[in-house]
This record gives sequence, C-alpha cells and structure tokens, in this order.
Amino acid sequence: MNELFSKIKIFYEKHKLISFGIGLALLLAIPALFPKSYIMGIIDRILLYALLAGGLNVINGYSSQFCIGYAAFYCIGAYTEAIMSLRLNFNFWILLPISGIFAATAGLLVCLPTLKLKGKYLSIVTLGFSEIIRLIALNWSGLTGGPMGLKGIPVPNFFGIKIKSSISYYYIFLGLVIIFLFATSRVIKSKIGRAWLSIREDELAARSLGVETSKYKALNFMYGAFWAGVAGAAYAPYTRYIDSTFFTLDEGFNILSMVIIGGMGTLIGPVAGSIVVNLLTELLRPISEYRMVAYAILIIVMMWLRPQGLFGASNSILSGGKIKKKEERRKKKEVVV
Amino acid sequence: MLKIENLSVNYGYITALAGINLEVNKGEIVTLIGGNGAGKTTTLMSISGLVQKASGKITFKGEDITKTAPDKIVKMGVCHVPEGRKIFPVLTVYENLIAGTLGNPTLKKSQISDLVEKNYELFPRLKERSKQNGGSLSGGEQQMLAIARGLMMDPDIIMLDEPSLGLAPIIVEEIFELILKIRKSGKTVLLIEQNASMALSIADRGYVLEIGNVILEGKGKDLLVNPEVKKAYLGG
Repeated sequence: MNELFSKIKIFYEKHKLISFGIGLALLLAIPALFPKSYIMGIIDRILLYALLAGGLNVINGYSSQFCIGYAAFYCIGAYTEAIMSLRLNFNFWILLPISGIFAATAGLLVCLPTLKLKGKYLSIVTLGFSEIIRLIALNWSGLTGGPMGLKGIPVPNFFGIKIKSSISYYYIFLGLVIIFLFATSRVIKSKIGRAWLSIREDELAARSLGVETSKYKALNFMYGAFWAGVAGAAYAPYTRYIDSTFFTLDEGFNILSMVIIGGMGTLIGPVAGSIVVNLLTELLRPISEYRMVAYAILIIVMMWLRPQGLFGASNSILSGGKIKKKEERRKKKEVVV
Repeated sequence: MLKIENLSVNYGYITALAGINLEVNKGEIVTLIGGNGAGKTTTLMSISGLVQKASGKITFKGEDITKTAPDKIVKMGVCHVPEGRKIFPVLTVYENLIAGTLGNPTLKKSQISDLVEKNYELFPRLKERSKQNGGSLSGGEQQMLAIARGLMMDPDIIMLDEPSLGLAPIIVEEIFELILKIRKSGKTVLLIEQNASMALSIADRGYVLEIGNVILEGKGKDLLVNPEVKKAYLGG
C-alpha cells in the first residue's frame, strides 16, 4: 500500500500538470459512470461534506483552536442564501460569497470575546453558539419561517441552464471543492499560513517571535467560517427546503468526526474523512440510528491506533503523545551517546 | 539600553518577582543566575511582554515598554529565545528560520535570504541540515536553530533562556562560544543560566536572583570568586 502511494507521489511530483489533468478528467467523467441519481446524490453529499470538513480542518487542524459548533456557520450560510434568494431575488452565484462573508462575520463575533480562551473553553463557547443560532432559526418565524422552514428555494441558473439534477449539482460542488483546496493550499503556504502553523505547534514560541496571535487566530476562524457559509449557500438550493433541524449539534459532530477520522492538518485528510463517513452512513443504513455507535467506536479506535487520522500530519503536535515520545526517547539517547 | 526598575510580578497569590532592578548596556553580555523558582524566566517573559506586571517600569532604548504588546516589543528589536528551545518540529530548518521573520511582515524576500545566509555562516551545521525537519535535529542543533531563528529578527538585544538545558557538556561549550560570536557581531546578550560557572565566565556582568529578589550583582569575574555564589551555585 505504502509503495503504491510513494509511486503515485513520485509520478505526481514529476508530471504535475499531467496528473492534475488526469485527475480532473476522471472527476468530470464520474457522472457518466453513475447515471443513477441515488449514487450521484451520495457523491454530491461526499463533496459537500468534503468542503465542510475542509473548512473545519482549517480551524481545528491548522491553528488548533477546537471548534465543535461548526454547524452554526453552515446554518448561517444556508439561511442567508435561502432568505436573500426568496425575498430579494438575489442571484445564486452572488449569494455564494455573500453567505460566506455573513458566516465569517459571525465567526469574528464568536472569536472576539473568546480569543484569550484556549482549548476546551473555546470549544464550549462554539457549542453554545451553535445552539443559539439553531434556536434563532427555529423561533424567528418572521424571517426564517420558524419550525415550518423555508420552502421553494429557487434553483440556480448557469447561462440559462437550470441546475436541478444531482448530476449538475455535482459540478457545482466539485468546482467549490477544487476552489477551496486551491485557495487553502495557497493560504497555507503564505505568511498567514505559517503564522497559523506556528500558533498550532507552540503558541508561546509564536508570541515570542512577534506573531500577533490574536489577529491570526481571528483570521483563521473567519476563514474557516467563510467556507462553511459557502457550503451552506450551495446546500440550500440543492435541497430546496431548509429548516432548523438540519443544523443541530449532531451535524457539527458529524463534520467533526470526518475531520478526526480523515486526519487534521492536511488538505487531503478531510476529503478522505468525508468519503469514509458518508460511505459508512450508506452502508449502515439498515441499522439506522445505531450507526452513531459505529462512528463513536471508529473514533475511539482511531484515537488509539492512529491519533493523527487516516491522512493527518503525522509529525505534528496533532498526532498526540505516542510518536513524539518515541522520537524524544531516541533523541535523549543520542544526546547521551 | 534595557533598564528594569522595581519590577514585581505575581502569579495569582504567588509573588514571582518582588521588585527587582536590572540594567543591560549596549554590547554587554549580562547573565542572570539563580536556582529553580528564583524568577529568572519570569524576568525575561516580562521584558518581552508575555506576562502581566504588577508594578514597576521597563524601558528599552529610553522608551517605556512596560505595557507594550509582545509583537511590538519584538519589532523594537528585543528577541526572546524561550526555555526548552520551542522550535517547530514539523517545519524544516529553513522554514523554522523563515518563521523567525513572521513578526516583521514588511521584510522583502531578498532581505530574508540575506538574513538566512548570515545565519548559515554563523551556524554551518544548520546549513547542512536546512531541508531536514526541525524535530529530527539533535538537542544541541535544536538549540542552535532556536537561537538562529531569534537572530532572524535582526534584534538589538537577544535574551536566551537556559540555552544549556539538557545538553552534553561539549555541546554546551559550543553554544557558549556561539554566544560570544553573537556579541562580537554587535548584539547585546541577556543570558539566563543554571550553569552558573560557564555563564559567569563569559559574562561582563551578572545578577544573582533568589526568590524574586536580586541578592547580588557585580562583574562576572568577581561573582565567580564570590564566596556566597561559590557556596550556593558552584559547588563549594
């Protein structure tokens, strides 16, 4: 398995453009391989959650702020799109970034008072925020339709073609995921990304190097929230109906489990997590609600055997104590010798 | 250059520093020695703005920096190399060095590469390993990397927190030679050490801290032969 991976990696590094082309062609051809809309629906969901898990991974994996209530930003994005397109007849393509900006602003509002909180305290705040947003969506009937939800969200138009089927939605989600991966890979390599990494690895060291940690943590939170907003905006016209039950804490945990299983701190990790969890969801449909038990067991086993996740950054602080301790022991021996 | 007047720091109900006075002049190597819990690290952290001060005043180049934010203090030319190296193990040696310039986003690419070259000259071992992960270096090399990363800010004063911690004696000597070289290149050094004899032998002046108070100060060589210091820190 590892040999195969390294061979693919070598090929990729040699012929970057060609491998990008091959990958893109394969991805574009997927709808032709699966004409059934049931399977395309699953693939659409995988892509949607890849976007969500990727956004959450920017927060949890690249600056090690631990956000649990990520569904709140997803909810804000979806409702922004639904309300603005229903009431104001805004175009779907304009609403994508607008919803992202709304979610990012909400992200800023959450993290401003919590910048000095660390670890689990921030997590609890995001947990509470997620519930607050859901309750607002449930109770502000005038704006959000309350428990009735919002119906008949208009479908997007692409140069006159109405995007209705799960096949055409596939291309929207695919496009968003590719834009997300490209933008994030650029950001991670920039000064901002390096500042995030330094905060993740050691906040004290980052501060002693003169990194304005609060500014960069806020930026990080806003960037992650932005993509949740975009994902929400793409999701609202896809289902054409949203209500507050779509954005419960369980949804947040669902996204979080993808990030943990796939691996934090790499771009490919959350995509893998989304594939694994969504396929499991389909496979375990017969046992319905008990599949949550299966996720929990899977996460516990992962924490045990591979704390960094399937494709996580194995050499970082995220991989927990095990690997680090081994290395440290080896290093100590070297020093003695 | 750096002056601390009557500085007190509390951690909750515990007094870490009870009004210390300290001065560092340009081009000097000044060392702070003392046992565990004497307040050495707290002194450095309060200079670089990482802890809140209860009272007192810190001035750097005549400017009051008592309440300045840590990132601004770094930009003024104060560099703090924290205890226990704190390098970034996932990043390569080169990337670790680049991380040293994060506090100064106005630097141009050519200036950064100049600084990297300058550091490689001072630390040839890091040049050999520039593409290795920081975590794969030996303890001594990690310490050198931490110092080099600090020098990437091109500071006026570099504050080193126990650079000899957990290193073999030969490597400790190497590190101290480097500190002398850094001073030669025109930087001021404030050094914290438990290894009192080594620190005092290279320092121009020294301060002895005990439970949050400066109990002795003087020239490095004088302190080295001071009977009290000998008894307490140099093993009789």
